[in-house]
Amino acid sequence: VANSLRGYLDAASTEPLHPAAREILLEAYDTGWADPARLYGSARRARLLLDNAREIVAAAIGARPDEVSFTASGTQAVHLAVLGTIAARTRTGRHVVVSAVEHSSVLHAAASVPSAEVDRVPVDRTGLVDPVAFVASLRPDTALACLQAANHEVGSVQPVAEVATLCAERDVPLIVDAAQTVGRLAVPDGWSVLAASAHKWGGPPGVGVLAVRRRTRWRPPWPEDERGAGRVPGFENVPGAIAAAAALRARLAEAQELNGVHTPLVDRIRARIPELVSDVEVVGHPTRRLPHIVTFSCLYVDGEALLTELDREGFAVSSGSSCTASTLTPSHVLEAMGVLTHGNIRVSLSRTTTEEDVARFLHVLPDVVRRLRASAGVDRL
Amino acid sequence: MTELPSPDLTLDCRSMRCPLPVIELAKRIADVAPSGLVAVVADDPAAATDIPAWCRLRGHLYLGTGEPVDGVPTYLVRRSR
Repeated sequence: VANSLRGYLDAASTEPLHPAAREILLEAYDTGWADPARLYGSARRARLLLDNAREIVAAAIGARPDEVSFTASGTQAVHLAVLGTIAARTRTGRHVVVSAVEHSSVLHAAASVPSAEVDRVPVDRTGLVDPVAFVASLRPDTALACLQAANHEVGSVQPVAEVATLCAERDVPLIVDAAQTVGRLAVPDGWSVLAASAHKWGGPPGVGVLAVRRRTRWRPPWPEDERGAGRVPGFENVPGAIAAAAALRARLAEAQELNGVHTPLVDRIRARIPELVSDVEVVGHPTRRLPHIVTFSCLYVDGEALLTELDREGFAVSSGSSCTASTLTPSHVLEAMGVLTHGNIRVSLSRTTTEEDVARFLHVLPDVVRRLRASAGVDRL
Repeated sequence: MTELPSPDLTLDCRSMRCPLPVIELAKRIADVAPSGLVAVVADDPAAATDIPAWCRLRGHLYLGTGEPVDGVPTYLVRRSR
């Protein structure tokens, strides 16, 4: 493992390119460069490779290949999911139901719809929605509902299957943002539209996945384009899609093994941090969670200072504290959960993370927090 | 809604960035008697979440928001017994 990957604990932001995808990506620039919409040999080859990538991704998410399109990013997939579903249901209404802890791309897409009325369903202290409360906010004019498969900041796994069943009974399409889940856990069935992002599972950046069920009404929110099965505008990133599929196949093959490593490591972090550091709150659901994410907040500590000190010690982590955000507002996820937003750190394990990385992190963290508290004069509060 | 008694201590934490309002509250809570009322005036958006969370972690009672001061939110905390 390259030196730059030691101490890399921010897989929820992005996974480094999976080794199984590197060769294939380079090769694909030679084999899959032609226009897949044309009818000559090199074009047919690009089309074949693209179709093969689509089949691999479709199988991974429990979709049919013709339901899957590649987008330019996970964010674009979310935008198309939300806007295209609303566009097909204008006669139903403009009411949108989202969980309060959706990724900002979901919240921004919903907010961008003219005259949309967006209801944010609250979550409990662990970040989970209550399926009954979620469905109780559906109305006859609800155009769509959005529920993430799992939360990107605290790792809690949402009750998607239950919510999907209840939404289907009411004929409301359910959009599932599965960016943190695909490649790690099985995606629950029952979604109408699904969005994912390849660089989260070790694929290259610049590749997202939009899947629209055949029975779900969906209309392009952008000017029509015949590319991407009429769902995604522009010339397909064929090499990127091929590499994304290769990374996903490799990741799925090792998912059980990796989860078997990550789950106990996260359990250890969750258990040890409150023993090693005083006044710390570990947040997110303890068991109903993604294997690789753990989040905690340290009382009286500045989140940005914490990131800086941990970086100095060789650790790459992220934070939901307001001082680390460009907007200077705290994470809406932590806010919705009602947990401390300052001194916040998210640790997310990569496929390259070792037991040693975690042991060293647990060794370094208590002293970093102690130093920061002492220099702020809050160590005796 | 029953009217709240006037605070025993008001902390002006305007223009303080998080986590400073919570630190100020933690430093000064002992200045009021048990069951005493502290008002924290804070414009930092994190205070709305962090003050109730701090009360929960420290066993004090968070009473909600009080009268804004010049449009700045006020958070009311009752010291535990």
